[in-house]
Amino acid sequence: MFKALLSHDLPRSKLLALALAIAVLGLAFTPFIFPGTKALNVAAKIMVFIVLVASYDLLLGYTGIVSFAHTMFFGIGAYGVAIASTRMGPGWEAVALGLGGALLASLLLSLVIGLFSLRVKAIFFAMITLAVASAFMTLASQLSDFTGGEDGLSFKVPEALQPGTEYLEEPFLGASIDGRFLSYYLLFVATVALVLLMLRIVNSPFGRVLQAIRENDFRAEAIGYRSVVYRTLSNVLAALFACAAGALLALWLRYNGPDTSLAFELMLDILLIVVIGGMGTIYGAVIGSVLFVLAQSYLQDLMKLGADRLVDVPLLSQLISPDRWLLWLGLLFVLSVYHFPSGIVGRLRLRAMLHEPTTGRPRVGSTPPGGGGGPLPPPGGSVNKESS
Amino acid sequence: MTTRTLPTTPAQAAQAAEPVPQARFDKLPLLLLAGLMLAALPLIGSASSWATLTVAGLAMGLIIFIIASGLTLVFGLMDVLNFGHGVFIALGAFVATTVMGAMGAWTDNPSLLANLVAVGTACLAGMLAAAALGLVFERVMVRPVYGMHLKQILITMGGMIIGEELIKAVWGPQLIAMPLPEGLRGSLLFGDVAVEKFRLVAVVLGLLVFMALLLVLNRTKLGLLIRAGVQDREMVESLGYRIKRLFVGVFVGGSALAGLGGVMWGLYQQGVTPQIGGQVNTLIFIVIIIGGLGSTLGCFVGALAVGLMANYCGFLAPKVALFSNIALMVAVLLWRPQGLYPVTNR
Repeated sequence: MFKALLSHDLPRSKLLALALAIAVLGLAFTPFIFPGTKALNVAAKIMVFIVLVASYDLLLGYTGIVSFAHTMFFGIGAYGVAIASTRMGPGWEAVALGLGGALLASLLLSLVIGLFSLRVKAIFFAMITLAVASAFMTLASQLSDFTGGEDGLSFKVPEALQPGTEYLEEPFLGASIDGRFLSYYLLFVATVALVLLMLRIVNSPFGRVLQAIRENDFRAEAIGYRSVVYRTLSNVLAALFACAAGALLALWLRYNGPDTSLAFELMLDILLIVVIGGMGTIYGAVIGSVLFVLAQSYLQDLMKLGADRLVDVPLLSQLISPDRWLLWLGLLFVLSVYHFPSGIVGRLRLRAMLHEPTTGRPRVGSTPPGGGGGPLPPPGGSVNKESS
Repeated sequence: MTTRTLPTTPAQAAQAAEPVPQARFDKLPLLLLAGLMLAALPLIGSASSWATLTVAGLAMGLIIFIIASGLTLVFGLMDVLNFGHGVFIALGAFVATTVMGAMGAWTDNPSLLANLVAVGTACLAGMLAAAALGLVFERVMVRPVYGMHLKQILITMGGMIIGEELIKAVWGPQLIAMPLPEGLRGSLLFGDVAVEKFRLVAVVLGLLVFMALLLVLNRTKLGLLIRAGVQDREMVESLGYRIKRLFVGVFVGGSALAGLGGVMWGLYQQGVTPQIGGQVNTLIFIVIIIGGLGSTLGCFVGALAVGLMANYCGFLAPKVALFSNIALMVAVLLWRPQGLYPVTNR
């Protein structure tokens, strides 16, 4: 039963299993363990990031495509719910219609981008998506009648999810059972379902083809798989999941604007989490998102303390001021791409395999051992060099 | 590629020694540029505003060309696309603000010569700083990831973030004004055509850079090696040239050009923000996609097309102007999926 739920892609490392269990249980019981709005918001952000990053991992880690347009689909999902809810008033129909429309828009857009530009080299695709994403962001902030422009849209969610809706008069085990509580669990259930679905997809025969294309596009084509078709499908799937994540974010925040769901910083966060968590492992998205969002939410406070202490030292205080948070992320990012290419999950799995050779058998499609390669192509063999 | 047997007899060899037929020069992209200008004329209506817009577009295009030319050469030569190219632009511009701030006496001077000296010094300082950063960047970031596209994209992107944040730490995150020197403000009138003085400077400088690049690439041995390397790197390597060393040179040169472009761009916008790198990055990617990755002439035509398009659209329909570049890119890619001047072997 458990194996089937995880699509037979078990953590294969005791430490990883433990970390995953802590993460899932922690998220499941956050309203009871850590009362307070900040903790709840952080947990919700973690879950949205888990879905978003896992969907990006489908593209980057499993298919080997670098896209910079992922936040565009995230934004479409968020704007779909936001626009429908402002226009039609709060209600489940608005949410359903907004989500449906957003999914359809993402599907069409990702299909067009995929068919149009996935035939070309990896670098080409990265550049084109970067350009398209920046155009989309301009579009979102320019169409202010529709999207609220830079100010974004604040809207009301269906009544059942509104914070004012009380279900129990007395707090239950320290948590007040209201609409916020229900939203949280809606988010939790949706996250679990979507992540399990993605796990199912990457461990299906289809997912194996994607990995084959990632490892050697030329050979995959030679066996008879049309790699353009598979790449496009992967692009479309990733876009749909990102769109769903965006809708979840909008439902939780009851607000959406360009900075919330389209900012380029968000794209960097996604890249960073994928790399740190471990590319080509959906579990990497879970571990990476938990660590990253926790660090982002609480380390900045710590940096502020440090900067206040060192306020007299000219450059150093600048470097550790909380505004320079991105600098340390960038450093971490570069260092992890160099020295840590298989990410946390890859490392843990490798360790488990080396220490317990009987239990940790290498499996097809897992992150290759050695820690050096990961899903990245070996030196010399650049990604889809000849496909044009 | 046509297969040809090697000459075995002297007669055959003599036959093969006939001059190689020159490849026909592809004029269509240049006609596209001319077409763009002609099509804009009736739309704009007045000839004088058309002329003003065209000069402005050419100036913008030439600045973009200065920035993008180094990037496209690096890509052609070593198959490395530097997503962090924007950092050199930003660094050049910021160094220039400091230099020009320090040369206040020269910039406030009404004498044009003194102004040009100030701008020239700022350009030189920006170029030097960007070149130095380029050297470090190549060593630290790019060298370990040759041949690995995915890692290149990720690493250079990371380098871009770090560079941008360091710039913020040194110069602060806010916009720094970069006013034009006294003598370069305002515009000249040719008949009833008003042309901003600075744009003329930009056009002249851009054309100088283009000429210099063409001369170096077409008339020197260095240029021969670079062009040969862009066409077929392995062949040049097997002839005994160390193409990696050549690459470092091109990379540093390209960074310096980006620094120069950054100074010009900063003056063009009369202010610099640390985000300038990211903004211009998108623009130069569009330019080199349009031109054909690795092609200098394509980069030139692409930059001019983008500059003209942006200025015409900015006049005709300001809202559309924000997307004119994307539209241009899509149209060009539909016409020629490999860009205007595709580099063979890619």
